[in-house]
Amino acid sequence: MSIGIKDLPEENLFTAGHTACAGCGAAIVVRNIMKVLGENTVIYTPANCLLVFGATYPHIAWKVPYHHVAFENTAACATGMKRALNTLGKEDTTVVGFAGDGGTADIGMQALSAAAERNEDIIYVMYDNEAYMNTGIQRSGSTPYGAWTTTTPAGKVIKGKELFKKDVAQIILAHNVPYVATASVGYPQDMLKKVEKAKNMKGFRFLQIYSSCPTGWRHPTDITVEIANKAVESGMWTLFEAVDGRMEITHRPKERIPVQDYLKLQGRFRHMSEEQIRILQNWVDKKWDRDSRLEKALKMLDESTD
Amino acid sequence: MKRVVTGNYAAAFAAMRARVNVVAAFPITPQTFIVEHISEFVNDGIMDCEFIRVESEHSAMSATVSASATGARAFTATASQGLALMHEILFTASGMRLPIVMPVVNRTLAAPIGIWAEMNDVMPERDAGWILAFVEDNQEVHDMVLQAYRIAEDNRVLLPMMVNLDAFILSHTVEPVDLMEPEDADRFLPSYKPEHAYLDPERPMGVGIFTPPEYIQEERYQTHAAMEGSKQVIKEVNDEFAKMFGRDYGGLVEEYRMDDAEVALLTLGTVTSTAREVVDNLRAEGKKVGLVKVRFLRPYPTDEIRSVASRVKAIGIYDRAISYGVGGPAYIEARSALYGHTDIPISNYLAGIGGRDVMLSDIEFMFNDLLKNAESGKVRKELVWINTRGVEQ
Ligand SMILES: Cc1ncc(C[n+]2csc(CCOP(=O)(O)OP(=O)(O)O)c2C)c(N)n1
Ligand SMILES: [Mg+2]
Repeated sequence: MSIGIKDLPEENLFTAGHTACAGCGAAIVVRNIMKVLGENTVIYTPANCLLVFGATYPHIAWKVPYHHVAFENTAACATGMKRALNTLGKEDTTVVGFAGDGGTADIGMQALSAAAERNEDIIYVMYDNEAYMNTGIQRSGSTPYGAWTTTTPAGKVIKGKELFKKDVAQIILAHNVPYVATASVGYPQDMLKKVEKAKNMKGFRFLQIYSSCPTGWRHPTDITVEIANKAVESGMWTLFEAVDGRMEITHRPKERIPVQDYLKLQGRFRHMSEEQIRILQNWVDKKWDRDSRLEKALKMLDESTD
Repeated sequence: MKRVVTGNYAAAFAAMRARVNVVAAFPITPQTFIVEHISEFVNDGIMDCEFIRVESEHSAMSATVSASATGARAFTATASQGLALMHEILFTASGMRLPIVMPVVNRTLAAPIGIWAEMNDVMPERDAGWILAFVEDNQEVHDMVLQAYRIAEDNRVLLPMMVNLDAFILSHTVEPVDLMEPEDADRFLPSYKPEHAYLDPERPMGVGIFTPPEYIQEERYQTHAAMEGSKQVIKEVNDEFAKMFGRDYGGLVEEYRMDDAEVALLTLGTVTSTAREVVDNLRAEGKKVGLVKVRFLRPYPTDEIRSVASRVKAIGIYDRAISYGVGGPAYIEARSALYGHTDIPISNYLAGIGGRDVMLSDIEFMFNDLLKNAESGKVRKELVWINTRGVEQ
């Protein structure tokens, strides 16, 4: 029996009073995930929006122990916390790192890969808002093709990001860790199920969660869910999970909608030419094909090899 | 139990005796043996700790900081490039007031790349808020790692501490060391029970919160005050250790044959041993020379150095690193402490950089130069490059 939205406790462990922008996807993700993780949890955040909007001295929205050290070391710090708890007789406490896409795909990748290789007993949540939002919307390795950011501006000659989004979940999957999943703020039931599953497992667990940012993506705050749905329906975001490497797509669009339907809702893509949209559509088609083939190949991994 | 061991072994052994809960470390010459010895202790089942084999020194310091912030006694060790890679997180350790202990095997920081003794790795970290101890022999390595936890964890201090030892001269050289018995270590060093910072779901606390201008300046003042206050604790711990184990290091500085000395040389690290011999030789010739072993650069022994200056006619400072465009860092520190407190000549001697041997004759030169300064009342040369090709010394 997995947890449903209506089973969630009233009480917030990430409380109202935080200072996130209206419609912030990350804040919604964190608040809901915390209800599943429960009180016996300690949290690490690197430098990112969540660091600032979750606690600014002397105020703090966290009702559980909370820790920050720097930007690039989420996995190393979470490791130190978990190992310390083991020596203090608190082996059952869950250690969770909430890092952004910049803190994960870019500057934090080295420590992340090492902790995954060591199969540290921690949960690493990458909330993916597809840019460095805290420092004012700069591109990251996780920013999609074509997107405007302040370091990939829509200039007269070059318009938006010229490179494609890095697939972090697949990188972590290649580390052979117990659990890897993607989720989305627009699919809370799916997200909570995955968090619950991760919580009840041991070893290194990784979730990459689509977390829209109205401020950085330039969209109205009341269409967060619609955008998140279109990301999945277009194939821009694949919802999957992999338990012990067995990859399964957890929501398969009946018929993928054109990527243009996703792009047109957000100001960050407004400048894109038809040619750019064609290039991105081509990338999505390929990515979707690859994810489907990967699923086919990995879903039925021989159990006798366990 | 007396055994003939390297400085690295002495450091690793003392960490085991300190019953550290968490070790996170990464190998680098000449510190590597510390990591390897701890690996052996753990795999042989004689050291009970969580040992995190991290992928870099940045992660080593990060994991150590977070383990300490969670409430565990944490240990790491490094050298040179590794210390530089930790730089960012060193400030977190002190800012969070975490009593981490870290031996640093002082080695050249590139370029040119080299692996031998030089203090240009630790000197740039003087502002990081760590207590900085410098040791002379392997016994002192062992003893200072244990004393370091007592000093660092004292409620009046709560600061991280580096124990600096010279590359190869100590790290890879064997000497007889009295290795502490577990019962003795436990008597000297109780377990760590933090009240100021820990991560426990039964009493939630934020450690490392984003902080606006209204509060940071007070934090800085408190950390500075704690560093000042550590002077008293360093002395107390030294005295208690001396009473329990019979080895007295003198606290912040150790004076050698300073009673009627006319000149004093201030040393850091292993050069002290060589200088002791030179002092004995020159004393036999009737020259009134004395030696001050500076054991700590942070907190700086300001009162002790002023007292030395008030008793001699010239003072010299030995350095194994250069701050380009000024002089040796230990010299800069001493001059700053002495400003307005003395008119005597002060000179700086740079030697042994990049691991070059510092010979008896080199130190003899320093003392003779100091005697000349004492006689003339003037500084012959402020910055003296000893035994340096193409430079007159
Ligand atoms: C070593 C280091 N480099 C740069 C920064 C500046 N910085 C702080 S947060 C941030 C971007 C964070 O982006 P992301 O991880 O995607 O989180 P978000 O802000 O989008 O929530 C940057 C560049 C820093 N704090 N530390
Ligand atoms: Mg981001």
